[in-house]
Amino acid sequence: MTEAQAPHLEEVEVTPWREYFSFSTDHKVIGIQYLVTSFVFYLIGGLLAELVRTELATPASDFVQRETYNELFTMHATIMIFLWIIPTLTGGFGNFLVPLMIGARDMAFPKLNAIAFWIIPPTSILLLCSFFVGPAAAGWTSYPPLSLMTNKAGEAIWILGVILLGTSSIMAGLNFLVTILKMRIPSMTLNDMPLFCWAMLATSALQLVATPVLSGAMVLLGFDLLVGTNFFNPAGGGDPIVYQHMFWFYSHPAVYIMILPAFGLISEILPVHARKPIFGYQAIAYSSIAISFLGLIVWAHHMFTSGTPDWLRMFFMIATMVIAVPTGIKVFSWVATVWGGKLNLCSAMLFGMAFVSMFVVGGLSGVMVASVPFDIHVHDTYFVVAHLHYVLFGGSVFGIYAGLYHWFPKMTGRMLNEFWGKVHFAMTFVGFNICFLPMHVLGLQGMNRRIAEYDPKFAALNVVCTIGSYILATSTIPFVVNAVWSWLAGPRANSNPWKGLTLEWTVPSPPPVENFEEDPVLAIGPYDYGTPKALDFVAATLAPAPALAADSLE
Amino acid sequence: MKVPTAILTLIIGILITLASLWVSQNNDLLLPIAAASEAAEIDRLFASMMAIATGLFLIVQGALLYSLFAFRRKSDDQTDAEPVHGNVPLEIVWTAIPAMLVLWLGIYSFDVYQSIDSVGTMGSHNMAHQHGDMERVADADAATMVTDQGQMYSDALSQAVATETVEPLQVNVDGLQYAWLFTYPDTGIISGELHLPVNRPVTLNITARDVIHAFWVPEFRLKQDAVPGQVTHLNFQPTEEGVYPVICAELCGAYHGAMKTRSIVHSGPEYQAWVDSQLVANTSKETVAQSITVSPLEHHAAAMGLPHHLHKPHQSDLAQVDHAPSAS
Repeated sequence: MTEAQAPHLEEVEVTPWREYFSFSTDHKVIGIQYLVTSFVFYLIGGLLAELVRTELATPASDFVQRETYNELFTMHATIMIFLWIIPTLTGGFGNFLVPLMIGARDMAFPKLNAIAFWIIPPTSILLLCSFFVGPAAAGWTSYPPLSLMTNKAGEAIWILGVILLGTSSIMAGLNFLVTILKMRIPSMTLNDMPLFCWAMLATSALQLVATPVLSGAMVLLGFDLLVGTNFFNPAGGGDPIVYQHMFWFYSHPAVYIMILPAFGLISEILPVHARKPIFGYQAIAYSSIAISFLGLIVWAHHMFTSGTPDWLRMFFMIATMVIAVPTGIKVFSWVATVWGGKLNLCSAMLFGMAFVSMFVVGGLSGVMVASVPFDIHVHDTYFVVAHLHYVLFGGSVFGIYAGLYHWFPKMTGRMLNEFWGKVHFAMTFVGFNICFLPMHVLGLQGMNRRIAEYDPKFAALNVVCTIGSYILATSTIPFVVNAVWSWLAGPRANSNPWKGLTLEWTVPSPPPVENFEEDPVLAIGPYDYGTPKALDFVAATLAPAPALAADSLE
Repeated sequence: MKVPTAILTLIIGILITLASLWVSQNNDLLLPIAAASEAAEIDRLFASMMAIATGLFLIVQGALLYSLFAFRRKSDDQTDAEPVHGNVPLEIVWTAIPAMLVLWLGIYSFDVYQSIDSVGTMGSHNMAHQHGDMERVADADAATMVTDQGQMYSDALSQAVATETVEPLQVNVDGLQYAWLFTYPDTGIISGELHLPVNRPVTLNITARDVIHAFWVPEFRLKQDAVPGQVTHLNFQPTEEGVYPVICAELCGAYHGAMKTRSIVHSGPEYQAWVDSQLVANTSKETVAQSITVSPLEHHAAAMGLPHHLHKPHQSDLAQVDHAPSAS
C-alpha cells in the first residue's frame, strides 16, 4: 500500500505567493510558473488572432496595414507554439506532475530546471519588444529569402528568441528523460508508470533529437541575415530548400511535442472520471514511442510542393500515413475506456471527451493531407489552417484545459467552480467549431492562407469564422475569473477530490516541499479502478490523519 | 422487445456505410469545378478519402455521444465501473483495419500521383545546384529536361502525347513580388495572364525572381512552388474552357494576398486568335519603339560618351509594356 499523508484540511500548507516570483528549484513552483506565464502569452497570442480574424471579416485589406497583418499572424503562431502550448504541456504539467507521479522528491536537475524556465520570461519580453521595431513578418516558418528581406531587426530578434526557447526546451527534455528513467521509486517499473510519464518520455526524446536541428537552422539563417552569408539565400547561390528541410525536421516533431503530452493528460483524466481502467495500457504507452519515432521521419510532407523529388514524396507520404495507426490505437482505446464507464461529466471530463472528438477531426484531415495528390491542391490553404487548429486547439488546448480543471485542486489546494467550468467548456466548444470548421471548405474552394485580402465569394464563411473566434475569445473570461477567484477564495480541496489512483493524489493539496515524507511503495496500478484495492487506496488517501495510513501499511 | 446486439450493430454499420457513400458521392459541393484531366483523378481520390473519413468520424463521434448519455453516472452511485483492462482480439482488429486502410490509401494515392504526373522535378534541383545562378534555365534545356522526364515516367499523359503527336505547350512562369509573368518560348509572347488552349497538354516551367512563390489554380487542383534559382514543373491538360484564378499560395510579402491573375482556357481557334493578336501587337510595338527610341538614345549616348550597347532597348521589356500584370 502506498503511504499517504493526508492531514486535516485546515493543516494544508499553501505555498506563499512570493515563492512563485523566486528562483525556486521546487518542481511544483516551476511548473506553476510555467503554467501562469504561458497562459498570459495564450491571452496575448489570442488577442493577435482576434486582430487577424477582424481583418478577415471583410474581403478587403481595411483593418490593418498589409505588412502589419503579416506581423500579426507571424507573432500569433510563434507565441502560441513556443510560448503557450509547448511550455504549458512540457514545462507546466510535466514539471508539476512527473516527479509526483513517479514518487520522486524533485526533478533530476532542479537548478537546470529553474534555468530552463527562467530563460523564457526575458525571451518572451524580447519577442514582444520586437513590436517596437516591426516584428518578424515572414510567417512562423520564416522561409528565406523572404525572411531575409522583411523587417530585419524583428527577424533577428525572432531568430534569437527561437534559439533561446529551443535551448530551454532541450534543457527541459534532458531533465525529464533522466528523471523518468532514473528517479522512479524502486517498485515502479516502466510498465507501472502513469501514461502521462510515458508520453513525457516520448516527448523528451523528440525534444532532444529534433530541437538542435532547429537551432542549427536558426544560426545559419542568422548568419545569412546579419553577416551576409549565403547558406539559404539563392541570390548568392544558397539553397532555400535546405532551410525548409532543417526547419521541418524540428517543426514537424514539434507537433508531437505539442500533442503527445496532451495524449498523456487525457489518458490520465478519462479513467478517473469514467471510473474504469484505461483500455489497452501497453498499446497506448508503446504507441507514444512509435509516434515519437515516426514523427522524426515525416518532415518533408510539409514540402510536397517545394520541388521535392518524386521518390522522396512517396516515402514521406507513406511514413506520414503510417502514423495514423498508432494514433488510431490511442483514439479507439480512449473510446473503449469511456464505453461502459460511470461517467462523471465534470469540466475536466467534458474537455477530455471533447479532446478525443476534435482530435479525430484533425487526425482524419491529417491523413488526407498526407496524400500527395490531394495535398498538392490544399497545401497552404485554409484547409491546412483548419487541420492544424483541430489538432493544436481541438487537441492540445482542449487537453490543457482538461488538465487544468483536473489538477487545479492538487496545484492550488482549492476547487474550481464547476458551473463556470461548464460555461467555459460550452463556449469554447461552440466557438471553436464555428471558427474552424468552415475553414475546411474555404481551403477546398480555393482560399489560400496568410492573406489579408481575399476573393469576395469567400466573405460569408469568413464572417462565420470571425464570429466563432469572438465567441472563442470570450470563452476565456469565465475561465480566468473562475481560476483567479477560486485560487484566492475557492472551497478547499482534499488530497484526492477525484478519487484517483496515481501517486500525486496521495499527498496533500497542494503538495509540500519534497512531496513525500517517506518514499512511497507502489501497491496498486495507476488505473485499477473497480477493484477492492482501489477502494482501500482511495480511502487511505482521504484518511483524516497520517497515522491511519501508516497503520494500514502494517 | 429488445433488439439483439448483433442485429443492431449490423443496422448501424449499414447506415454508416450508406452515409459515407452518400458523402463521397456528393462532395462536389466542396470543390470548385474540375477544369483539367488531373483534377478529375484527384477528386476521385478525395471522394474515397471522404468516404473513409466519414465512416470513422461517425463511428468515433457516435460512440462518444452515446457514452455521454448512456453511461452518465447516477448521482447516488459512488461505485466504480467494471474493471475491463483490454481485449486483445479487439485491439488487433482496430490496429489491422486502420493499417489496411492506410496501406490501400497509400497505394491509391501513389497510383493517382503516377497517373497525373503533374509535378516533375527530377533534374531541376541538380541543374540549379550545378549552375548555382539566378538565371532561368534556357528554354531549350527546359524542354529537353521535360522530354527526359516524359521518358522516365511513362504514364497516361505522355502516352497520349506520343500517340497524338501533340507536343505539350511550353510556358515559362516567373513569380515576382507581386505578379506572375508568363512567357511562351515558341512565340516569344510575354503575358500577365495565362492563356491556354483546351485539351492540349501543357508544361509549365516555373521559377521565381525574388522570393518563393507558389503557382496554384484551384480548378486544376495543381500547385507548385516557384523557387528562386531553380526550375520546377507542372504538367497538365486543361479540359474545360473558362477563366480561372491563378493564385500565389506561398507567403511572399506584404501584398501576397493581392498576387493573383487569370488563367484563360480557350477553344483552339480562340487561342490561335489570341496568339496572332499578341504577335501583331509585339511587332507593332517593336517598330514603334525602335522608331521612337533608337534614334534619340543613340544621340544621347554619343553626347554622354556612354557605351552604345547600354542604350539598346530590350525587346522583352517592350513586349511587357501592355501586359505587365497589376497587383490587384
